[in-house]
Amino acid sequence: MYTEKVMEHFRNPRNVGEIEDADGIGQVGNAKCGDIMKIFLKIDENDIITDVKFLTFGCGSAIASSSMATELIKGKHIDEAVALTNKAVIEALGGLPRVKVHCSVLAEQAVKSALFDYATKSGKVIAGIEDYQPDEDVHDHDDEQL
Amino acid sequence: MRQVYLDNAATTMVHKEVVETMNKYYGNLFGNPSSIYDFGQTAKKAISSAREKIASVINANPDEVYFTGGGSESDNWAIKGVMTANRKKGNHIITTKIEHHAVLHTCEYLAKNGYEVTYLNVDSDGLISLKALEESIKDTTVMVSIMFANNEIGTIQPIKEIGDIAKRHGVLFHTDAVQAFGHVPIDVKEMNIDLLSASAHKIHGPKGVGMLYVRKGIKIDNLIHGGAQESKKRAGTENVPGICGFAKAAEMALETMNDKMASISVLRDKFLTEIPKKIENVKLNGHPTKRLPGNVNFSFEFIEGESLLLYLDMEGISASSGSACTSGSLDPSHVLMAIGLPHEIAHGSLRLSLSEFNTEEDVDYTIEKLIGVVHRLRQMSPLYIRRK
Repeated sequence: MYTEKVMEHFRNPRNVGEIEDADGIGQVGNAKCGDIMKIFLKIDENDIITDVKFLTFGCGSAIASSSMATELIKGKHIDEAVALTNKAVIEALGGLPRVKVHCSVLAEQAVKSALFDYATKSGKVIAGIEDYQPDEDVHDHDDEQL
Repeated sequence: MRQVYLDNAATTMVHKEVVETMNKYYGNLFGNPSSIYDFGQTAKKAISSAREKIASVINANPDEVYFTGGGSESDNWAIKGVMTANRKKGNHIITTKIEHHAVLHTCEYLAKNGYEVTYLNVDSDGLISLKALEESIKDTTVMVSIMFANNEIGTIQPIKEIGDIAKRHGVLFHTDAVQAFGHVPIDVKEMNIDLLSASAHKIHGPKGVGMLYVRKGIKIDNLIHGGAQESKKRAGTENVPGICGFAKAAEMALETMNDKMASISVLRDKFLTEIPKKIENVKLNGHPTKRLPGNVNFSFEFIEGESLLLYLDMEGISASSGSACTSGSLDPSHVLMAIGLPHEIAHGSLRLSLSEFNTEEDVDYTIEKLIGVVHRLRQMSPLYIRRK
């Protein structure tokens, strides 16, 4: 069902936990649908993501997608992080079953949501998420395209 | 690593004796029961003997037992066959919201074709209301189809009372007994059951074979048309090895039923008492006592079922969940929804289903691993961490 890479990240998820004094926090999804992702960012004066942690309520691919997304943005500039797509998460995981693609979408949105939170708090504008709607329901299972 | 199989409601390990019986009919005794020569008649006799054994499990007459390709076929046949054959009497069928999809989807199909279906609610333990059942019967009601015991939460319905109500109102009573057959006592005469579905692979028999009991005199159309097999009621060359294997499994199940009910329910009750003691924020799903001897179903708050199953699998434990992620749909199991669980609690459900092959060590091992896995997932869960 899952690739070895997904299982590896599920078995040993990277960057699990919270950052007490996070510079940006983003949460997407809802319990009703069965997955919630929360991402915490620590960002330095050069807008580099120095630390990232996640908490996820969800299935195996939700946990693996969160783990992979945090790995992909750690140490990156916020402009690079904001460009993270769900496709990049899927590729890095070696693929996801079609019905699980929404987990990667959720990971992308959680990152964007956390960056938007950082931008709002720090008064910055991050290109690409100027009009981000953190409350927007990104959890549309019926519109899953790989 | 220790392997603990706790998904016996999904399927069971085939008994060695069953395999031996089947091998005879795959081997030398491969004849077609419809052939007139002695070789074919040997197979025919084997089926007759199998029919007697199966009938004795539910106190039916052998000529009321028809072999099928499994539980789903039996459910389809019972419902479609009775509804179409009795169309003149009416077009109404009563069932419940917690039936297996073999019943629910068959009823949905009928509803699309001019039939009327009533889906009875269940209470938080999964029991139907006998009063609601009786009130929903009308002049056009042909049959009631209510499962004997639920496959997910294990709740056993008041079957005799349902049978009495059906009889009193002159409607037919079908029960999907796939999870109950061979596990708990069933007497179709005493319980006033008119039709009953059962499957071999839930009682350590082979997959792909089941049966439908149809009380003598009941009007039922064929589902599978063709040859004259099964008294012209179910066409197709008989699955002789499967049928004989089913009968062997049923015979063994009947012989040991009382002992197994006692020993397996001891293991079940250990789960039922220990899990809430050792893990906080858990909820038992299904009736506390009116449940299958081998069924355990808990919801663990703040975590999701699929990840729970995958982590348990890593410890060698095979189990099942009603979460959306394992059902292949958006929503968690319809059964968990019907007993009123909020979505987020239903997503965290775990079903452990025992068999005679499980031991107390299996139970202790599973509880120990479960404590760790639930803790690990909760440490990752924003719902749990936020709560602290």
